[in-house]
Amino acid sequence: MFDTDKWQEIFSTIRKNKLRTFLTGFSVAWGIFMLMILLGSGNGLQTGVEKQFESSAINTIWVWSGQTSLPYKGMKPGRNIQLVNEDYDAVKRTVKGIDKSSSRYNIWGTNTLSYKKQFGTFNVRNVYPDYGEIEKIKIIKGRYINQPDIEQFRKVTTISTQVEEALFKGEDPMGKYITVNGVPFKVVGTFTDDDNNGDDNMRLIYLPISTAQRVFSGDNRINTIALTVGNASVEESKLIEQSVKSKLASLHKFDPADPRAIFTWNSLENYQRFIRLFASIRLFIWIIGFGTIIAGIVGVSNIMMIVVKDRTKEIGIRKSMGATPWSIVSLILQEAILITSFAGYFGLVLGVVVLETIGSKIESPFFSHPSVDLRIALYALMLLVFSGALAGFIPARRAAAIKPIEALRDE
Amino acid sequence: MIRLNGINKSYVTGTNKLHVLKGIDLHIKAGEFVSIMGSSGSGKSTLLNIVGILDEHDAGEYYLDNTLIRNQSETRAAGLRNKYIGFVFQSFNLISFKNAMENVALPLYYQNVKRKKRNRIAMEYLERMGLAEWAEHMPNELSGGQKQRIAIARALISKPKVILADEPTGALDTSTSYEVMQILKEINKEGITIIIVTHENDISHMTNRIIHLKDGLIESEILNGKQPFVA
Repeated sequence: MFDTDKWQEIFSTIRKNKLRTFLTGFSVAWGIFMLMILLGSGNGLQTGVEKQFESSAINTIWVWSGQTSLPYKGMKPGRNIQLVNEDYDAVKRTVKGIDKSSSRYNIWGTNTLSYKKQFGTFNVRNVYPDYGEIEKIKIIKGRYINQPDIEQFRKVTTISTQVEEALFKGEDPMGKYITVNGVPFKVVGTFTDDDNNGDDNMRLIYLPISTAQRVFSGDNRINTIALTVGNASVEESKLIEQSVKSKLASLHKFDPADPRAIFTWNSLENYQRFIRLFASIRLFIWIIGFGTIIAGIVGVSNIMMIVVKDRTKEIGIRKSMGATPWSIVSLILQEAILITSFAGYFGLVLGVVVLETIGSKIESPFFSHPSVDLRIALYALMLLVFSGALAGFIPARRAAAIKPIEALRDE
Repeated sequence: MIRLNGINKSYVTGTNKLHVLKGIDLHIKAGEFVSIMGSSGSGKSTLLNIVGILDEHDAGEYYLDNTLIRNQSETRAAGLRNKYIGFVFQSFNLISFKNAMENVALPLYYQNVKRKKRNRIAMEYLERMGLAEWAEHMPNELSGGQKQRIAIARALISKPKVILADEPTGALDTSTSYEVMQILKEINKEGITIIIVTHENDISHMTNRIIHLKDGLIESEILNGKQPFVA
């Protein structure tokens, strides 16, 4: 197949028929380019949303209390449900499939933190050690709240780097005491917590829940229970969610079907909903991409047919000079394959360049790192080259088969 | 060289059947210079196409250099054309995007002669035609006479046994026509059989034998010049 003389013949034909070459190449390059952009954008959307979920564990169930809305066992609706430590312990003990878990106690009102003469208003979250993993907190210095802190009611705190900046002004906070509503706590660590919704997760400090309940007269009250479900599927996760609900219903004597007594938020379910949404978006993109490829195929086919028509007389001349039908067909086909491959490759590279330069500059919470599976792009390219060759083959074979005398008469 | 026995050819266009050749018997010896004449529609071009294996006959026998030509494959026909026959057309039929030298060299491409070699040979033939300085020019930059000389050089380059010329002077003025005929005469002197189709009397009288076609049959044959022809 590799015959330098034939290639020279092809190159000289290409050189001298630039418009034709350009038109053939353009439809292929455009098709591949558009496909790259489409697939890249689809992937960018997906990575963007996945990144949203990265800010806290995607397999988390959050539980917080509300007010009963249904009468139950002679009790009127409208009762406030207050979660307590015992609820958390019971859930942790009886519900199977829980991986990490923590309850959270919030101190209401404004919390003034101060160090020396610096002070500021921040949130205070009182939690168990697992909470750090549930929230995906990144420790910068020192450590997070740990088990001995809880057991020994230590007055320690892990503060965000934002709080560190506000209070310490560059001074090393480790081992220093800050006051929380007048009570001194020793700083044992600093953290950052990436949150896509502003800096809510950065404007706060963490305290051991046991200490906080004791110091700030929280008794045994808690506000939120957070738990992760490991590698559970959505169905398993919903089962766990359900058993947490019914456990709390039996402890607090409300109707398990009451929608307002306990609220839950299952991030896995939400995550899966997004995954499904993205599966449909991807399908949609594929359909459009497929359409683009079809359009490219039609374009290449059209041009190839015109090319063959255009060259009928040349084919007749060549045949009268002793060209065999096969040599005619292979001349046209190799030219078509050469042009479509190069043009397709060009479109591919251009698509990658555009995705890399423009795509990476787009800063949006829902769009990040657009990328394309190069294998898919290569398959698409091969499909285009193949269909271009096929589209050229049929008319080329017909042109090569017609009597030279008819081809020569073609004006 | 060429022997035709009872050649028949008809074209079918829709429901009409046009009987163009109705039994042609013709024997052309090697080295002859023959012209075929006839009014338009007499079948002269069809006959030339059959002789040139560009078209197929329906009935009869055609021997080219003692080889029976009948229902051969396209590939074999291409081989025979390349080996035996050089064509010269009224409309020159040069490939527009190739320069003069590349056009002349084209038949050698189909004999798998290397590019350098075939371009060198093409230059020799262009020189013979006095067109060496036009080698790099494209066909549209050349005059009709130059184009036809290039076409003749192209027909000669494969060293054919027969040159078939279909109205070679049809698109040329008188003086250029005579020039082209002079070239063909010289080629004939080298022993190459030449058959030309023409409707111009003065052109046909430069050949040695004139065959008149009428309504698909040979009407008459005239021996022109001194050499007597015996069929």
